Amino acid sequence: MSKPEAVKEASMEMQKAMIARNYDAITSKHETGRKVSSTFVPGNLNELLMCFDIVNNLPEINAIQAGMRKASGGYIMEAEKSGHSEDVCTYVKADIGQMSKGNIAPNGKPYPNPDVLMLSYTGCYTFMKWFELLREEYKCPTLMLHVPYEGDGHSTKNMRDYIVKQLKEVVIPGLEQVSGVKFDIDRLRGYLKASAKAEDDLVWCLEQGKVKPSPIDAYFGGVYYIGPIFTAFRGTDDAVEYYKMLRAEVQGRIENHQGPLTPEGTYFNDQKYRLIVEGPPNWTNFREFWKMFYDEGAVVVASSYTKVGGLYDQGFRHDPENPLESLADYCLGCYTNLNLPTRVDLLAKYVEEYEADGLLINSIKSCNSFSAGQLMIMKEVERRTGRPGAFIETDLVDPRYFSAANVKNRLESYFQMIEQKRRGGGSKTVAA
Amino acid sequence: MSGKNRTVADIVAVCQEMFEDLSFNYARKWKAAKPGRKVVGFLPVYSPLEMIHAAGCLPLGIFGGGDQMEVIHGDAYYQSYICRIPRSTIELGVTNRLDFVDGMIFPFVCDVIRNLSGMWKIMFPNVWTKFFDTPQNYIPSIGGTYYEQELLELKEGLEHMTGRKISDDDIRNSIKLYNENRRLVREVYAFRAKEPWKAPTSEIYLLMRAGLMMDVEEHNQMLKDYMAAAKAEDRPKRDNVRVSIYGSFCEQPPLNLIKSIEMAGCYVVDDDYSLNNRFLMVDVPSTGNPLKALSDTYIENSVETSCKYVPDGKVKGEFHVKAIKACGAEGVIYATPSFCDPALLDRPMICSKLSEAGIPYIAFKYAENSGQMQPIREQAGTFADSIKLWS
Ligand code: SF4
Ligand code: SF4
Repeated sequence: MSKPEAVKEASMEMQKAMIARNYDAITSKHETGRKVSSTFVPGNLNELLMCFDIVNNLPEINAIQAGMRKASGGYIMEAEKSGHSEDVCTYVKADIGQMSKGNIAPNGKPYPNPDVLMLSYTGCYTFMKWFELLREEYKCPTLMLHVPYEGDGHSTKNMRDYIVKQLKEVVIPGLEQVSGVKFDIDRLRGYLKASAKAEDDLVWCLEQGKVKPSPIDAYFGGVYYIGPIFTAFRGTDDAVEYYKMLRAEVQGRIENHQGPLTPEGTYFNDQKYRLIVEGPPNWTNFREFWKMFYDEGAVVVASSYTKVGGLYDQGFRHDPENPLESLADYCLGCYTNLNLPTRVDLLAKYVEEYEADGLLINSIKSCNSFSAGQLMIMKEVERRTGRPGAFIETDLVDPRYFSAANVKNRLESYFQMIEQKRRGGGSKTVAA
Repeated sequence: MSGKNRTVADIVAVCQEMFEDLSFNYARKWKAAKPGRKVVGFLPVYSPLEMIHAAGCLPLGIFGGGDQMEVIHGDAYYQSYICRIPRSTIELGVTNRLDFVDGMIFPFVCDVIRNLSGMWKIMFPNVWTKFFDTPQNYIPSIGGTYYEQELLELKEGLEHMTGRKISDDDIRNSIKLYNENRRLVREVYAFRAKEPWKAPTSEIYLLMRAGLMMDVEEHNQMLKDYMAAAKAEDRPKRDNVRVSIYGSFCEQPPLNLIKSIEMAGCYVVDDDYSLNNRFLMVDVPSTGNPLKALSDTYIENSVETSCKYVPDGKVKGEFHVKAIKACGAEGVIYATPSFCDPALLDRPMICSKLSEAGIPYIAFKYAENSGQMQPIREQAGTFADSIKLWS
């Protein structure tokens, strides 16, 4: 029996159309003559790529798409058969496995080879090797932008200067060469201005998680809200329009005391538990996973995953007055580029500011960048906030690591614990 | 200890004792010997030890807990799918085995060690903890300039911790001592590549590991003593095959695994075990601006290993092929810690280069506390036999 179609809001339909157009732009590059880059979500330089008329293709997003279409499992096995370790990030293997299976885009047409690999190396070691691996396949120019990690909890002038220098001397000349388009800093300023506008509306939407009942789900719904800004649309008029629309929808729900719309088409108003979630979601069983939350009355009011492509809610905006410096600051400030004490501070702050019942960590087997240290993060946030935490383990796009029964059990124990805590009992961690 | 290490057995016994001592008594005694002395721990893969030495501190290599330490607390900090070195390092910390350590440097190698730096800050707030990010851009005016400034910030951090200024002469002096160390280490490696039956890797390994825990001058003397003693010793040459080991640069295999490979009929003639003392391949200039000297050498003359980006895809892996040819290895054992992103993501690329060059290889995974050696001995034995058969 086929699954019922998810019910969608207008903003979701708009985003779907934007994504479809982008896939069409990618797959029609031979007809249009446009150049295509591959790049990553964190540290994504979409505005800069737009200055060269380059279409932005994001292998992470393609892996997510494959996960949601239930195709990733086969791709991963394919990559493992050809020598890629079972231990490494499954996004990489989904991407590589997909290549050997014809590399078909969601629009049914083959992905063309990229003209440039824009290796914006922000917050994740795997990015560096992922593109070294793709480079062997595509033999196209690879532009590396090394973004230092904020190990001491802040960025420094040296880090920023280093990034700006790489932009000026490596990335921009490289993109000029690939595209044949001369760089125009005023064009970049224009896009950054549009980015900042969209970012304002995104932040407004995310902050409405503070309202009760929450008109948003900042994790499952959140992945849709961040879509345009984190991917190929930041800096476009479409993104500005999308966030205006999203804002109006959220505003409408607040006025009607409604919660977010679930994929089943009902408004999730009866919210019993308010959670902060750390870590990326599972994509292979996304709707099933989400349902486990709303069925139990749990809404996610803030999450760290919605910050991997930028911490806009902490004040950062792209700045047309300082275009390259602002791209540098953006890259430096992405969530996985922050050190653990900063992540703990942020999550503890979310628990307090969003009046959450506690922190739930979805620990992803694939992802050392997120996952290494998460058990300590949970303990620290619990200690600081006095609210219970819980820990579940899944994977991004490898269906072998999603055990619905385990996850459900653990969530149920967690909700019981929250109940107990409300009744004045002690807090204890629910963990693996 | 120095100067008294006469026979190979004496020297190796000293090294083995240090290697096994998870209370780090050598470093404790070193620190207690003079008031005001400080010890700075460093994790794999590369930190400029000259800077720590120039600050008057003892650089202390922390390579996890090996196979002799039971990890009780550390497992509570890590999921099962994360390698072992961070959990045993945490264990060392929470069991007070590192309570005398004043500073810790976590250099860039992967996101696990990177994140561990932040955990250390939270768990041990009184320890000066530094995440040290080396550049991935190898253009001197870009990556080099950035790195020089990072070195300056490292220097300032060390000065702050010790309360004592570090002069350029201090650093130049340390560079000289570490240049000598690197030269001697290269000599030992070249000696082993030439006459591996005289310098078994189980000994060389201990000699190098101990060196990363002791005063550099003392280690320099020890290396000289070892070379003299090993050359003088008469050891039988076996019909072993010559192999290089790669992929073992961070979490270390248990000593038994290193021995098992030799017992299976392999002479190890090159390796990337505890790489710190071979990371820079040439002398660092000991005149002029010492930070620039360290930076230039890193940019232009450091090894290719998985924690570094290789800007030119065409040459990726050639470093290994050249090294294999230079040491006369007949095959490669790509031995990696389980769950090690850097080594495992690199593995297909390096191994395909080996195939192209017609170099046979096998690959397996280990953990620092792997206990079962039989499968590894069998695999290495079969590999050695196949090389003998086809060469
Ligand atoms: S390791 Fe994590 S951050 Fe890196 S690519 Fe994989 S999922 Fe993304
Ligand atoms: S063993 Fe590998 S994954 Fe583990 S800390 Fe070392 S480099 Fe990182």
